[in-house]
Amino acid sequence: MPKLRSLLAGVFAPALVVASLLSVPAMAQEDAMPREKWSFEKLFGTFDLAAAQRGFQIYSGVCSNCHSLKLLHYRDLSGIGLEPEQIKAVAAGFTVPLGTDDQGNPKEGPATPASAFRSPFANDKAARVANNGALPPDLSLIVNAREGGANYVYGILTGYVPAPAAFKMQDGLYYNKMYPGHQIGMPQPLQDGTVEYTDGTGTSLDQEAHDVVTFLSWAANPETVERKQIGVRVVLFLVFMTGLTYAVKRKVWSNVHH
Amino acid sequence: MAGLTKSEFANPVINWIDTRLPIFTMMQKEYGVFPTPKNFNYFWNFGALAMVNLVIMIVTGIFLAMNYQPNTELAFDSVQHIMRDVNYGWLIRYVHQNGASMFFIVTYIHIFRGLYYGSYKAPRELLWMLGVVILLLMMATAFMGYVLPWGQMSYWGATVITNLFSAFPVVGPKIVTLLWGGFSVDNPTLNRFFALHYLMPFVLVGVIFLHVAALHITGSNNPLGIDVKTPQDTLPFHPYYTIKDSVGICVFLIVLSALVFFAPNYLGDPNNFIPANPLVTPADIVPEWYFLPYYAILRSVPNKLLGVCMMFGSLMVLFVLPWLDTSRVRSARFRPVYRPLIFVWVLAVILLGICGAHKPEGVWVILSRVCTVYYYLHFLVILPILGKLERPLPLPESISHPVLGGRGGGPLPGGALAKLMEKA
Repeated sequence: MPKLRSLLAGVFAPALVVASLLSVPAMAQEDAMPREKWSFEKLFGTFDLAAAQRGFQIYSGVCSNCHSLKLLHYRDLSGIGLEPEQIKAVAAGFTVPLGTDDQGNPKEGPATPASAFRSPFANDKAARVANNGALPPDLSLIVNAREGGANYVYGILTGYVPAPAAFKMQDGLYYNKMYPGHQIGMPQPLQDGTVEYTDGTGTSLDQEAHDVVTFLSWAANPETVERKQIGVRVVLFLVFMTGLTYAVKRKVWSNVHH
Repeated sequence: MAGLTKSEFANPVINWIDTRLPIFTMMQKEYGVFPTPKNFNYFWNFGALAMVNLVIMIVTGIFLAMNYQPNTELAFDSVQHIMRDVNYGWLIRYVHQNGASMFFIVTYIHIFRGLYYGSYKAPRELLWMLGVVILLLMMATAFMGYVLPWGQMSYWGATVITNLFSAFPVVGPKIVTLLWGGFSVDNPTLNRFFALHYLMPFVLVGVIFLHVAALHITGSNNPLGIDVKTPQDTLPFHPYYTIKDSVGICVFLIVLSALVFFAPNYLGDPNNFIPANPLVTPADIVPEWYFLPYYAILRSVPNKLLGVCMMFGSLMVLFVLPWLDTSRVRSARFRPVYRPLIFVWVLAVILLGICGAHKPEGVWVILSRVCTVYYYLHFLVILPILGKLERPLPLPESISHPVLGGRGGGPLPGGALAKLMEKA
């Protein structure tokens, strides 16, 4: 019988190894996926607030011309370290719909910290008309909504290269090595020096992409830092409780002969 | 039968209540002094863990329902409202979301425990069948819960799975219309799924009550799979198993916390962060991980109706398992051939899960077909025949007496073997 058991174990173990190798997602073959270092990805990592604020500057100056950030409110910007006065000032710079006036006519006015981020287009149809038929996706959750997350978004922003000679491009589309199918509706949004940082940070494309992706990662998961901090305390407590409970269990069972 | 109970509780208030409604006497009998085999290993934690998990799901679910909007226009954003604006909403939602995965992990291990130690055999057949009903209810609940966030995978998962029912002749299309509340997955579907998702856990509580009631009639199985013979074989449930279950609960909570706090979306699909869009089909429609083996069985059959039948059949076969397994020996420990074979079956299920995560092309089709055939072969052919052919090892005299034979070595005290298993 031991022979049979070892025989089966011999079949079982390699089969598991092969299975786990086969189950590695197909994404691994995509060597285009960049492997950036992100301030927030480590176990105890937090958002690089300076980078996130620079990223917000890029979003406001560049991305927000086409992409909405519907799930965010200006008040949320305290999460990337903006002071209440700064938030008020930022919000006041945007004109947003404010319901209707006394006569029932639509009213517009300066945003307050409680306002949702202003969307560039009134609706999806208007967005498509203005963008050659393509719909610029809302960016609130873009980092969560793509396989590869932050690295993927970074890869798109830095993935504009000349199309290979043999590659047939459709009109109005742009070649991007990261994008599935390589033909993307968005013209290259960032180049070296697209923005000018007030804190003197260099404005290479890589730096800009890194900053805006940090901002978008925060926008998608604003609870990250608090979550990890609570998590450390909860897990430490539970490990302690496990030890304590196990000790009590040993004590209770000490008189049982089994 | 009417008449007051003679309560033994000293506390006058408890005594007064207990005399009129003997719930304290009942709790004392069923969870205090309840005689439980003394040789349980940690596999016997998982029933209690599933119970704790269900409570966690119901509590978090109620708070989610307070902030969720079951409307196609609002559902997606209301979930994000919970994540961003509700106090600790992210915590409640992530616990609920990952709790569902933990529920299946715990339940699958609980089922494996039953398969390995033959807990489904006489006299526990009905107990086992109630367990299968619980599994089915859990799956229905989980499926409908996954639809509620109204992301792309919610929508398309719902479309694919509800469409399966259309394979049945005559009544199929009618069932689908009834599930949808219309002619496609839409607002009425979301409404009824929300109502049912809120209802089902309480049905689940009812069936679990029956499951536990049946358990307390037959008594628990144990790692040796032999019947309790003398009081020396048992221990009172409290404090011995309350404390042992507590150890398991702590470890369970560590695993759940690790997921919730450090990898909350690890088991999720990125597509579900995109709002549902009936006009755009995702490149790959994949169910949650705990449905992947069944999904692989479904897709391994070219004929839709047959595939659907094979998929449901893979669960239905569990109902008759107590009669398919002809061996009278419960524990795999004394079944030298069954013991490795049950692991082969587990391997087939794991491979099916991996197949389910891949597009049904090339090697994956072949592999999922082989595994599907083996899945059924195990239950329908191997188990009935094996019970007749296999020569089980000699069974120990009793739980507390020395074991005869054991694992090929010299005689070991029954408990010592259990202890070995416990440490393994």
